[in-house]
Amino acid sequence: MENIILQLQSISINSYIWLSSILFIIGIMGVLIRRNAIVVFMSIEMMLNSVNLLLAAFSVYHNDPSGQVFVFFIMVVAAAEVAVGLALLVMIYRNTQTIDINFLNKLKW
Amino acid sequence: MFSTILFYILSVILVFSSLMVIFSRKPINSVLFLIVSFFAISGHYILLNAQFLAVVNIIVYAGAIMVLFLFTVMLLNLNKETEPKKSALVKIIAVITGCLLAVTLVGSLKGIDNAPVQDFSDNSIGLIKNLGKTLFTDFLVPFELTSVLFLASIVGTLMIGKKE
Repeated sequence: MENIILQLQSISINSYIWLSSILFIIGIMGVLIRRNAIVVFMSIEMMLNSVNLLLAAFSVYHNDPSGQVFVFFIMVVAAAEVAVGLALLVMIYRNTQTIDINFLNKLKW
Repeated sequence: MFSTILFYILSVILVFSSLMVIFSRKPINSVLFLIVSFFAISGHYILLNAQFLAVVNIIVYAGAIMVLFLFTVMLLNLNKETEPKKSALVKIIAVITGCLLAVTLVGSLKGIDNAPVQDFSDNSIGLIKNLGKTLFTDFLVPFELTSVLFLASIVGTLMIGKKE
């Protein structure tokens, strides 16, 4: 019990690990629960962000700037991915008048 | 002590807004709550003394990506609560799957020893000088390759987005 209180009183690397895990799980639940394709996209962004946070925390913990450069690259790739993905969504909406992912099941089986 | 309190306040804001992204019915509310969560993550970066990442996070995510999301939501006229619900079975399966992942993570992380308490605020690796040195010496080739990636993404977006 004292151990837990001690841990609550200081920001150790464990706190960041737990926070990132919670965020990642929320993102996965969002992908699985929602049917709106835009919200699914946002959940993916949330998962990327949780990984970014953990990378930055570990980079500070190990005193190594490479981790933060990696975060930078992840942001670059996320920006490119969002641009292409939203273009795809607009295209799908133009053709089918919906972005409900349950209607996009031609490749499912 | 002050930074610890700040950490927990930011974490509560972050988790709450992330939950609201998932559970709010209107897509526009999801986008706005996602912006709140991005600002909370930027606060975490500042707490870690990674100022460059905090600024880039606000500019790229809250500034560029979320504007793209907002434009798409408004273009597709999605601001209505007509989203049909998934069946209860699928929702239950989704929640069980998420809980399984949570159990796996908790089980694997429970055994790690308590890292020594340290002050994150007295290092300088997050400053733009050190990051720039690393970026342009060790990571020069990947940095140049990202420009090719962006070119490919521009061409792909134009190809997908234009009418037949």
